[in-house]
Amino acid sequence: MKIEVIAFGIAKDILNSNQVTLEMEEQSSVADVRQALVDLYPAFQGLASLQLAVNADYVSDDYLIKENDEVVLIPPVSGG
Amino acid sequence: MKTLIHITSEKLDPQACLETISYPECGGIVSFVGTVRNQTKGKPVLKLEFEAYEKMALKEMQKIADQAKIKFQVEEVLIHHRTGLVKVGEEAVVIVVAAPHRKAAFQACEYCIDTLKEMVPIWKKEFFEDGEVWVSAHP
Repeated sequence: MKIEVIAFGIAKDILNSNQVTLEMEEQSSVADVRQALVDLYPAFQGLASLQLAVNADYVSDDYLIKENDEVVLIPPVSGG
Repeated sequence: MKTLIHITSEKLDPQACLETISYPECGGIVSFVGTVRNQTKGKPVLKLEFEAYEKMALKEMQKIADQAKIKFQVEEVLIHHRTGLVKVGEEAVVIVVAAPHRKAAFQACEYCIDTLKEMVPIWKKEFFEDGEVWVSAHP
């Protein structure tokens, strides 16, 4: 299945784009998507953290992503 | 209508925020205004840029306000955050908390800014004379 991942902050700089489309197997988890991204873009390894949000909520690593989920990369936040 | 949870690219107005939160049952109103510092570790900062995943940021800000009310028995919580380019000295965030008693208001206000910095998907880029850096991105 195709998963579109949206990026903000430094994640956007690393992708050199505000989104990337990944071809993932069905039943892929958040951890699988993160691993695929780190494999494609090793610079993600240098970040203090890299969370993923699904449908505008933080989810755990074992969350299984569905085709139409809104998946967003959340590098370390620094608001305030 | 009161806008308690808000993200805007326009200049924040702390006085208007305070006036939004007036509550007859409350004897204490505590506010926190986060402004853009002119330096980081001695290096002059020219300006900041904030980027937000707005839909989720508003949701997380609302959760913080709801939690603050439950944890500290405060009556009202306002959280406004700026996005886009922000100049040195301008406000990046305004938090106002109203409670019947001051101690709860102080505690809730601190809880709100601490949790915002930890959870809300907003990112700050600092611009220096010799380059720009996403804050806290690297360990």
